[in-house]
Amino acid sequence: MAEKINLKIDNIAVNIDEGSTILEAAQKINIRIPTLCYHEDLCVAGNCRVCMVEQVGSDRLIPSCAMPVSEGMEIMTNSLKVRSARKQVVELLVSEHRAECTRCYKNGKCELQDLSSEYIVGENGYIDLIPLKGYSIDNFSPSIIKDDSKCIRCQRCVRTCNELQNIGALSVAYKGEHMKISSFYEKPMYEVVCTNCGQCINRCPTGALTEKTYFDEVWSALNSEKKHVVVQTAPAVRIALGEALGMPVGEIVTGKLVAALRRLGFNSVLDTDFTADLTIIEEGNELLQRLKKVLVDGDTSVKLPLTTSCSPGWVKFIEHAFPEYLENVSTAKSPQQMFGALAKTFYAKKIGVEPENMVSISVMPCTAKKYEADRPEMRSSGYKDVDYVLTTRELALMIKQAGIDFSSLPDDEYDSIMGESSGAAVIFGATGGVMEAALRTAYEVVTGREVPFKNLNITAVRGMEDVKEATIKIENVLPEWSFLEGAELKTCVAHGLSNAKKVMEAVRDGKAEYHFIEIMACPGGCLGGGGQPIPTSLAIRKQRSKAIYEEDSLKPIRKSHENPEVIHIYEEFLKEPLGEKSHELLHTHYTKRNRY
Amino acid sequence: MTAVKQLVKGLAEQHGRNEESLLPILQGIVSQEQHISEDAMVEVARELNISAAQVYGTATFYSFLHTKPLGKFVIRVCKTITCMMHGKNQIIKELETVLKINLGETTHDGKFTLLETNCLGQCHKGPAMLINDKPYTQLTPEKVREIIMMYRHEEVRAN
Ligand code: SF4
Ligand code: SF4
Ligand code: SF4
Ligand code: FES
Ligand code: FES
Repeated sequence: MAEKINLKIDNIAVNIDEGSTILEAAQKINIRIPTLCYHEDLCVAGNCRVCMVEQVGSDRLIPSCAMPVSEGMEIMTNSLKVRSARKQVVELLVSEHRAECTRCYKNGKCELQDLSSEYIVGENGYIDLIPLKGYSIDNFSPSIIKDDSKCIRCQRCVRTCNELQNIGALSVAYKGEHMKISSFYEKPMYEVVCTNCGQCINRCPTGALTEKTYFDEVWSALNSEKKHVVVQTAPAVRIALGEALGMPVGEIVTGKLVAALRRLGFNSVLDTDFTADLTIIEEGNELLQRLKKVLVDGDTSVKLPLTTSCSPGWVKFIEHAFPEYLENVSTAKSPQQMFGALAKTFYAKKIGVEPENMVSISVMPCTAKKYEADRPEMRSSGYKDVDYVLTTRELALMIKQAGIDFSSLPDDEYDSIMGESSGAAVIFGATGGVMEAALRTAYEVVTGREVPFKNLNITAVRGMEDVKEATIKIENVLPEWSFLEGAELKTCVAHGLSNAKKVMEAVRDGKAEYHFIEIMACPGGCLGGGGQPIPTSLAIRKQRSKAIYEEDSLKPIRKSHENPEVIHIYEEFLKEPLGEKSHELLHTHYTKRNRY
Repeated sequence: MTAVKQLVKGLAEQHGRNEESLLPILQGIVSQEQHISEDAMVEVARELNISAAQVYGTATFYSFLHTKPLGKFVIRVCKTITCMMHGKNQIIKELETVLKINLGETTHDGKFTLLETNCLGQCHKGPAMLINDKPYTQLTPEKVREIIMMYRHEEVRAN
């Protein structure tokens, strides 16, 4: 056990583990020290200096985020010296910053703005350096806007992209006053290895990195008489939207979400969870078919392990980093894109709307989905399958703009058809969820029995561990699956692209033998997606995860293949999994990309 | 294999393939090619298994590592405080006038590039500049004009 250290902060005694920082000690006794470059998901950078505190008996101020506690230390967090230093730091940052808060997407949610309002920066401000600086704004990407004029060079984004994602799309270039955050050769973000995951956006304290927003386009669609506007909502939105609208973390707001979408004027309020169930049927069958081809037919053109394909950040990552493994990626589209393809074909016909008069919107916890919807392959319906992708944050803003008091909304229900879903679909939003959902279905297809886990909860693939492995023994199979009798299905689950990279390197180097791998680009899975409410932390992600599994356990149907609307769509339209219609609408292909 | 690929591969074999090799490899490229091209950076990233942006970040951090093609004669004027107080701004103004380019640019004939750099260790004799590897100190605008003239004459004679 770690040694305990005693110190005093603002004359209050604290007892804390050795190795903790002064900042952590202050947090323990609810003293807030302002920070900018510090983020609890990332390593300490110590470059912004707003967290400076005074140590009694020493002249120099020390950065509390970087300095470990020591025995008998006496710290002042609010002395005159500290206050004036802090204010100066904020003033300097603002002087190099294009402060145009009233026009900024981050207005009201910006850490720099919060600090400047606390310290009323401005009376003795430094000269405004922004007119003297050449800065650039990159808004060419369909998902991310990078505005260097709002960057305070805290490097949270660089650390996020390096540490959590191990991509290194962003780096610090030049030095001194010319220092900037740059992509390779200052190319636009859409041209480089960036996966559009948006994790850097979630951690940028200012408006320097934000998602590209589409709510204006959506408002115009909603206000157009001629248009039938269809909306789908991803699993992870319903457990996080509340956070952005003043509700506690981990609150399940499915019913209110549906009610709010109706109030905003969407004509059909449907559920991505429906196509998540469909994904399980298609992908589960793809797995079984590949196993059969490899194990029985000895077909070497078919690749194992199979990896999931529902995270577009992961897809872009593997296209850049492991292009030789693209044949291992399931050809099943993500639930968003399956939904889009069906909306403008099957659903449009059902409700008698011409597809050209339909606008298809999705609400996603994700910024990479904006990019995915823009991929040229995603036009199976003959139109853009998903017209606009909104993040959870953008929807929250629209709800505010509409003057809706979200927390007092009565619960409402999704429209039918394409609104029904199982618990297996809900857990798509958490790391391990797709694996669990797939196993619930595949095991039953092969054996005719439910997966042998208490209440169908496959706990081995749940939780926030970096990489999870589970081996499922398949016994007493149905006759047509006899080749799988006694087989051990080896599965692996990873979240965050740095973990994905580890897994893929192990596969490449022959160090791991898996049959099926689930990968989500974002830490915690979609619940920690780049479009989710800010801030994020491990504690917040755990709360959201708890909510997801709770929602699953409350669902009357827990398995994708038992979703009556899924059964129905196969009977009426798709005919069979991996069939002709499925291939036309629900499957896709991938593109090799430059590693850089 | 392209020439650049070959060069980078050779340098990686010489200096190793860990992160500490990045700087010597980049220096090696500069000494061969004067500047580090986009392709060269991509190759370095591939050899060292790091991101290309990281190579770009390092290459732009050091003023001796150039990311743009340079002229035959690279003039680097010290911009650090002592030289600044000794009038490096006038030196740069004079060079800009004589060469008809701005700081950071290369002349149309590809002969001269004008850059700033950090302290050259000649503070006691500032303002100071380097032309390629040759230091010139205690500069005045007149002196700078003469130096450039001299280079130009030599070039004419050489052709
Ligand atoms: S980034 Fe923050 S401080 Fe800057 S303009 Fe936007 S809201 Fe204002
Ligand atoms: S883009 Fe944002 S996170 Fe990155 S350095 Fe600038 S302010 Fe910090
Ligand atoms: S979106 Fe993701 S991959 Fe792109 S720069 Fe940000 S963290 Fe890196
Ligand atoms: S938060 Fe401590 S130095 Fe930035
Ligand atoms: S300050 Fe110019 S050489 Fe040192």
